Amino acid sequence: MKLALREALRAFSRAPMLSALSVTTIAFSLFAFGLFGLVALNLRSALAQVEERVEVRAFIAEGTNPEATAAAVGDIAAFPEVASVRLVSEVQALERARRELGEFEDVFEAGILPASIEVRLKEGFRDPTNVRSVSRRLEVYDFVDDIRYGEEWVEKLYKLRTIATAAGISLGLVFALVAIIIIGSTIRMAVLARSREIAIMRLVGATNGFIRAPFLVEGFLKGLLGGLLALVLTWVTFQFVGQYVVQATYFDARLIVLGVLGGALIGLLGSAVSVGRHLGRV
Amino acid sequence: MIRFTHVTKHYPRGGPALDDASFHVNRGEFVFLTGPSGAGKSTILKLIYVDERPSQGEVRVAGQSSVTMTKHQIPALRRRLGVIFQDFRLLEDRTAEQNVAFALEVIGTSQQQIGPKVARVLTQVGLAAKATALPHELSGGEQQRVAIARALVNDPLVLLADEPTGNLDDRSTRGIFQLLRDINASGTAVMMATHDLALVKSLDFRTLELNRGKLVFDSGAQYPAPADEFDPPVAGSDAGAQPDAQPGAQPAEPPGEAGAAGDVGEAGEAGGAVAEGGAP
Repeated sequence: MKLALREALRAFSRAPMLSALSVTTIAFSLFAFGLFGLVALNLRSALAQVEERVEVRAFIAEGTNPEATAAAVGDIAAFPEVASVRLVSEVQALERARRELGEFEDVFEAGILPASIEVRLKEGFRDPTNVRSVSRRLEVYDFVDDIRYGEEWVEKLYKLRTIATAAGISLGLVFALVAIIIIGSTIRMAVLARSREIAIMRLVGATNGFIRAPFLVEGFLKGLLGGLLALVLTWVTFQFVGQYVVQATYFDARLIVLGVLGGALIGLLGSAVSVGRHLGRV
Repeated sequence: MIRFTHVTKHYPRGGPALDDASFHVNRGEFVFLTGPSGAGKSTILKLIYVDERPSQGEVRVAGQSSVTMTKHQIPALRRRLGVIFQDFRLLEDRTAEQNVAFALEVIGTSQQQIGPKVARVLTQVGLAAKATALPHELSGGEQQRVAIARALVNDPLVLLADEPTGNLDDRSTRGIFQLLRDINASGTAVMMATHDLALVKSLDFRTLELNRGKLVFDSGAQYPAPADEFDPPVAGSDAGAQPDAQPGAQPAEPPGEAGAAGDVGEAGEAGGAVAEGGAP
């Protein structure tokens, strides 16, 4: 292992240009992938914010016994899909309307707006099917006059979400694939540049594991360095965008570690495959 | 020590490189492999150090059979062989001693042992004074000496030399050849592929001549194919190993009396005796 590390570091110092080039190449392909990741991440969180507003409103008939509605609120809160239930009385509804539509304040009179039960759904249950099923179960209560959940809006939102997810996954895969191919060929170049060393090692009877080790260390280090450099690049870009364009979210610690380790892993695997080709015969 | 039994090697593109070759080489022998380019000289050497496997037949080296050898056994076998080439194959960015040390490092030799071993073997090839020179600072002959030192550093049973003097002028060629003879005299078998017929004819060493993959002439093994020190006796192996070209030329003598075989070169003979007597 000591020898592997020494040989790997030697490779860096013997060919600093080639090493710098491969680290930079790795960094830029991971940077492209990282930028895409940032966009996807922010789109997702924006969509999630909108989604949180999906709610089902059951309007309550005038003159309903408050005890009956209170009992219903308890039942509804126990639905597995339901995150929270709120009872909005006639007075509260009026106040809210006045607040939200200030300029039409005088239009509203007491009694014009019905009381309602507002149901918010848990994450993962905000799709049209679940929303519809919840609203159908609310219809069962005979004091419920009418149910609104912005059917069209929910469906559009859901479609948007599906498209965003599909685009995110496919584009993400393409970006990742491109990064892997570029990193793989960069590493392959580095291995090719040292094919003579590999040939000599084989000739004098070094075991395959022994031959592989320095290259794996080298690939891992290059991937790691490339990943860190990519991290710096995305962070700088993120700061720039945050300052001049729009406030956005950055990767959390988990994603950062995952991204950098991912880079190191690609370097490692790329090396393993490239060296394997040289070792494959006989 | 090395035995080819009806060995044929086809390359996927390019037809047969070796066609039904049978011969054996004993410990301490000096053997020339001659023939025009493409005759199969390099193929024989590659089959010995298991860079290639035979398409048919069996190659036995130091008790290992090409038929049963697994991939994982190859490195261990190669550690008992030394190989040199026409183009030296040195690492350009390392000094002479680093090149030699590299061969020890990559097989896991301890650092304490590497220094003395490298010094000894560089002295043996006459390059002790140039241990810290880089390959491009050395002449061709000196570079080949570094390569020989690298091949010798693990005390191989046999030194395989593929056109070792092909890139050298006459003077360097003589120097390298003398070095190979000295190495042989100290007990290491040498198999040298060459198309330098003048060199081959000037010496009375055993010669295997190849043409288009066929073994067309064997000037004679020093001793008949025995079950060598590694091999269990194989029934009928003698017949298979004897070339047809020299019927009756092989007196069945024990190695120690090889001096009686008049057609054997001096160095080869001495080497044979030393190897057989002093085998570890």
